Amino acid sequence: MSIKKLNSRVALQNGSLLDPCSGKIYFGDILIEDGRISQIGKISFEGEVEKIDCTGKVVTHGFCDLHVHFREPGREDKETLETGTIAALAGGFTRVCVMPNTNPPLDTPEAISSVAKKAENLPVYIHPIGAITKNQSGDDITEMGLMKREGAVAFSDDGLPVQDGSMMRTALEYSNLVQLPIINHAEDECLRSNGLMNDGVVSSQLGLDGNLDLAESIMIHRDLELASYTKARLHIPHVSSSKSLEHIRNVKLRNQKITAEVTPHHLYFNEEALRDFNTNLKVAPPIRTEADRMSLINAVKDGTIDCIATDHAPHTIEDKETTFDLASFGMIGLESCFGAVNKVLIKENGMSLLEVIKLLTTKPRTIMGFENDLFKIGAEVELTVLDPDLEYVFKKENIKSRSINSPYLGETMIGKINYTISKNMVYKDVGSINK
Amino acid sequence: MRNPNKELNMLKNKHLLGLKEYPAKDLQTIIDTAYNFKTVLNRPIKKVPSLQGVTIVNLFFENSTRTKISFELAQKRLSADTVNFSASSSSLKKGESFKDTAQNIEAMKIDAVVMRHPTPGAADHLTNFIDSVVINAGDGTHEHPTQAILDMMSLHEKFGKLKGLKVAIVGDILHSRVALSNIYGLITMGAEVMLCGPSNLVPIHLKELGVKISYEINETLEWADAVNVLRIQRERMGKSLVPSIREYRQMFGITSKKLSVHKKEIVIMHPGPMNRGVEIDGDVADGDQAIILDQVLNGVASRMSILFLLCGGKNSDGEN
Repeated sequence: MSIKKLNSRVALQNGSLLDPCSGKIYFGDILIEDGRISQIGKISFEGEVEKIDCTGKVVTHGFCDLHVHFREPGREDKETLETGTIAALAGGFTRVCVMPNTNPPLDTPEAISSVAKKAENLPVYIHPIGAITKNQSGDDITEMGLMKREGAVAFSDDGLPVQDGSMMRTALEYSNLVQLPIINHAEDECLRSNGLMNDGVVSSQLGLDGNLDLAESIMIHRDLELASYTKARLHIPHVSSSKSLEHIRNVKLRNQKITAEVTPHHLYFNEEALRDFNTNLKVAPPIRTEADRMSLINAVKDGTIDCIATDHAPHTIEDKETTFDLASFGMIGLESCFGAVNKVLIKENGMSLLEVIKLLTTKPRTIMGFENDLFKIGAEVELTVLDPDLEYVFKKENIKSRSINSPYLGETMIGKINYTISKNMVYKDVGSINK
Repeated sequence: MRNPNKELNMLKNKHLLGLKEYPAKDLQTIIDTAYNFKTVLNRPIKKVPSLQGVTIVNLFFENSTRTKISFELAQKRLSADTVNFSASSSSLKKGESFKDTAQNIEAMKIDAVVMRHPTPGAADHLTNFIDSVVINAGDGTHEHPTQAILDMMSLHEKFGKLKGLKVAIVGDILHSRVALSNIYGLITMGAEVMLCGPSNLVPIHLKELGVKISYEINETLEWADAVNVLRIQRERMGKSLVPSIREYRQMFGITSKKLSVHKKEIVIMHPGPMNRGVEIDGDVADGDQAIILDQVLNGVASRMSILFLLCGGKNSDGEN
């Protein structure tokens, strides 16, 4: 692993150029001059240029993740903006949105501004998401207008669902002022109760308290109806169950403002994987049944799900190396994302690379209103070079996050990031390039 | 009498964490060996040197009276050295971590840990940190394998077989580790199992394990050869899951009136402690049909058997 400054003239040579914005795939080169794309296509190079051989590899847009937790401020022992950035680069991400459930939470314009400023000099574009309610307490809406001015791109009390329906209505109505998405962690807390894993066959055999899929789908249904009524933008995070998908699918037919994401881990694992009480698989919402997993894959295919987001949630060893009830919810997911979704969606379920790359690039950027034409001449460089066929076993050395709470350790992944180029910096995955 | 029979010492698993997928052959070995130890318990001098020099820690993170005494007695009857550690689950949340507690105790050179813990999976988790033999004495609402083994021994003793036996488990199945371990063990041994209780306390998903489910106590009694009556553990319930004691007693309580309808002897079991007048009436518990006190004695014999089979067979160098 290494990150270094990009030379003033760099050529990505002989790659398969995959542009998710135009939908075109073609062989060629990209010339980067002073951090911007200056030529693309068949190029004859003159003068001094650093060449990066992309033969047999795919060159595409840098990935965008609209759901990560970088824990700064407050839990810098788990992750910081800086360490999170390296994890993002290792996963091919050049742009991420950080959730506001920090300590203190990002619930004021000052807090948003502080994160935005700290992120300015980091090699990945980091956009803060503001809290919906002050202190994420569910009681009073935040200064969404001022927070937007400081760089907030959406609002969410992620981790803490907005329980009160009238509060949710107020937040959605008020968000029309700023025209930014509201992202509500959809779980009915009463119904969820003390649920530690999906309520079903496995939980009843493990004796672990179950969390019903209905706890999610009922909340999603409420949010969908409120969003349609208020005509606000609603983005539904980490959808985990078939029942939730039914609601989303129905409402999307009449409301184009609804968007939804799925995590790689809900596509990759099912509840059977929890049989050995692996606390790294303790996540919220929980990993559900194989039927739910297949429904999620189909929903990605038919467009009910708009994009993939990792919900990268770092926790210390102490937070996870404990009994199942005490372990924290969440797993890291940036570094393992492409290897997991490429394996599940392309190799196992027949999607095309272009479709899957869109889920990681143009789709999330469209939801957040970010620039999408990244192959155009003059664009600030945000590129990822990857090998979609490389098979490898995911190990600790593949993790660049400050935390290592990944259930993918030991899993065989397909597809790996070789280079991530962002903000005039280049990340090189030494292990995969020397192969 | 140190490991007199090498073949006895042939359980497939190093630990006893639960009865899910536990080999039938090993369950039978444990029960057969338990009969041998039961004869020891009926002698005037109730002690054998089988586990002399073996150190066992009883790690109880949750209150227990009879399981703890039963294990301690079993260890003393086998001449093992025992140490007891008790902690309330609330102190766990603040002080020393579970991992540190476990590693500290093992650093003192012990051979086995008997653990009771409020969290499902805690016994599995313990095996990640220590090399000693781990015996699960109840992990939350997950499993309680030694209870199920003593229940099966008691049934075996009463009926002379387990295969084909119809065993009903009545009560709060949802919150019961005793039920889950009994289901796994009994199904493995070829018995039939029916679960009966209030519909919100009998997880429908357990049907996948091959059990029958009924909400009707008379139907259950009509079917059963034996009934294992579970304690209604109100302290486990975060919410009022049963509307009232009188409703529970009338609908599911085992009374002599309900039993008398059926023209057969139904064997009554209870893992204890009993709520007389709630899930079981006093006259039933004290009646001829009940084998509740046999279960208690068999508990000591079964635990001697388990401890012996898992911890015995070390030669004087401490090698296996």
